[in-house]
Amino acid sequence: MSKFKSLVTAVAAVGFMASTAAHAGATLDAVKKKGFVQCGVSTGLPGFSNPDEKGNWVGIDVDVCKGIAAAVLGDASKVKYVPLNAKERFTALQSGEVDVLSRNTTWTLTRDASLGLNFAGVTYYDGQGFLVSKDLGVSSAKELDGAAVCIQAGTTTELNLADYFRQNGMKYQPVVFDTSDQTVKGFEAGRCDVLTSDQSQLYALRLKLSNPSKAVILPEVISKEPLGPVVRQGDDEWFNIVKWSLFAQINAEEMGVTSANVDKMKSSNNPNIQRLLGTAGEMGKLLGLSNDWAYNIIKQVGNYGEMFERNVGQGSALKIQRGLNALWTQGGIQYAPPLR
Amino acid sequence: MTTFTPKPDLPPPPNTVGVVGWVRANLFNSVPNIIMTFVGLYVIWLAAYWIIDWGILKADFVGDKASDCSREGACWVFIQAWFDRFIYGFFPDEEIWRVNVVFVLAGILLAALIIEAVPHKGKIALFSLIGFPIIAFFLLHGGWFGLETVETEKWGGLMLTLVLAVVGIVASFPIGIAFALGRRSNMPIIRSISIVYIEFWRGVPLITVLFMASVMLPLFMTEGTDLNKLIRAMIGITLFQGAYMAEVVRGGLQAIPKGQYEAADALGLSYWQKMGLIILPQALKLMIPGIVNTFIALFKDTSLVLIIGLFDLLSIVQSALTNPDWPGFATEGYLFAGFVFWTFCFGMSRYSQRLEAKLNTSHR
Repeated sequence: MSKFKSLVTAVAAVGFMASTAAHAGATLDAVKKKGFVQCGVSTGLPGFSNPDEKGNWVGIDVDVCKGIAAAVLGDASKVKYVPLNAKERFTALQSGEVDVLSRNTTWTLTRDASLGLNFAGVTYYDGQGFLVSKDLGVSSAKELDGAAVCIQAGTTTELNLADYFRQNGMKYQPVVFDTSDQTVKGFEAGRCDVLTSDQSQLYALRLKLSNPSKAVILPEVISKEPLGPVVRQGDDEWFNIVKWSLFAQINAEEMGVTSANVDKMKSSNNPNIQRLLGTAGEMGKLLGLSNDWAYNIIKQVGNYGEMFERNVGQGSALKIQRGLNALWTQGGIQYAPPLR
Repeated sequence: MTTFTPKPDLPPPPNTVGVVGWVRANLFNSVPNIIMTFVGLYVIWLAAYWIIDWGILKADFVGDKASDCSREGACWVFIQAWFDRFIYGFFPDEEIWRVNVVFVLAGILLAALIIEAVPHKGKIALFSLIGFPIIAFFLLHGGWFGLETVETEKWGGLMLTLVLAVVGIVASFPIGIAFALGRRSNMPIIRSISIVYIEFWRGVPLITVLFMASVMLPLFMTEGTDLNKLIRAMIGITLFQGAYMAEVVRGGLQAIPKGQYEAADALGLSYWQKMGLIILPQALKLMIPGIVNTFIALFKDTSLVLIIGLFDLLSIVQSALTNPDWPGFATEGYLFAGFVFWTFCFGMSRYSQRLEAKLNTSHR
């Protein structure tokens, strides 16, 4: 995997050198001209980007793209989704095949610094966790000494696991599977005591158990996986738009503006809300957008909390707690710079 | 002197003919065979029991969401709810009739080619190879005659699998013939080009070809050249299969006795007359098993496009499996995909056997 990554890095770096100059400032104009945002999504990740049986794309990553379309074009439906594999996602962005990559991509230094990319924020703070059967009677990962652990093949997960057990002086026995379905089957058949994966994925995997309520997800998170939308480096105007359309959603939640009350909020006399919704100030103009850009996002897509609950939270089958992804005012770390 | 009148033949003993006779002679003729028979029957019983019990008796057929299934047996509701996606991908619902028209048209043409009573086979074949792809493209892609354009990003499911396979099969066949003839040519440049082409494409895995087409190629093109991902995949598959086809065709050409070549030369035929009238008609007949083998492999290989994010039948089933509202339907999904693939591959193989029997003029 690491070999492949360095290949992708090299390829992307070449592409970056070739394409940066041509791109500067061009993405916004190009998007306005063609009338839709081209958005790179996954080929199917529960809660993040998924086709449903009607053929519509749903998920947090999808809603981020809809937000950008609402901000730029005033219509959240004007998105063209390009399903991308983990391996081709960066080149698709580099080569201009997509305008924004919203495909639960972890923000790391290597990617930020060497791929010619900019991470425009964090839509979801993820991290590797553990799923155990309730019958095991374990309440903390620290009690897992000697456990058999089911892992989905993928080096970072395996490495994080090895690091964690070594740090805590514990032993474990890895049981490696190829796909998530096999991992779940292995866990269910009792081939391992613990299943490890990114927390957001654990909730989806738990659903696949024949009796989901018999398994619990342990509180420990052993790695940092901040996921967010990515844009090409060198087009700061577009970078700002993507960044601030996410910040607008987070700020809206903080101010209590939702898709349901946004019209009423327009007449609010809170200056923060007025600036957000474009009734005061010229915030949209500074971004190169119309002044009702944030109004459109919130009206059509909703604020961050709505987006979270609808796709991965209590309104979805996954039922993930807000946890780290709660607002900073509510014990989480979701924090957006002020809109002023 | 009495004349000898033979008695009429007695019928064979009843336990040596018919079903009973066959069973006795083949299944119960020795102790090991008797044991094997019972073990075999037991295995069949186990499999059949599971299939019937899980797949039919305990299965759920009616409903439109995951909770409509009891989960004691198969949940065919999953296939039913996702059926349109599995077959048409993201094709807009109101435009699906266009895909159906193409399917029906393809079915009619295929039937006309297979059923022997239908006259004008040549014209139908020509239309299927030239007219039909054009009509199919206009219908599927749209943008003409008031039809709404459906971008290839929205193509998917079985429809995409078939499009890739048919394009691959139809386009790789002439490429294969051309390079096979080239490799056996006396002209050094043409021969070298053919050898390099064939050995290059045969030496590279299809996955690499698809990766190159979808990941590397866009980087080498000038900014703004947006060559469609589907077309890139099609070109990759076609060039790749063309090389395999060339080797199959070359095998057939080499099987034709030298005397045929010399006889054609002695008649004063030109190279193209010799190939077109004498060699290829005989060689292609010999090659049917090899060609169909390649076609079946190609059909199944199309599902590799899932690694470049195209939603063929298999990858759309896989992405349906990741939907949080439909958890845990892997068995049903993969069984469905496997069944569809098997149906098409089996159909191709049966057709090739018929074709072989029909064209068989050997001296046996």
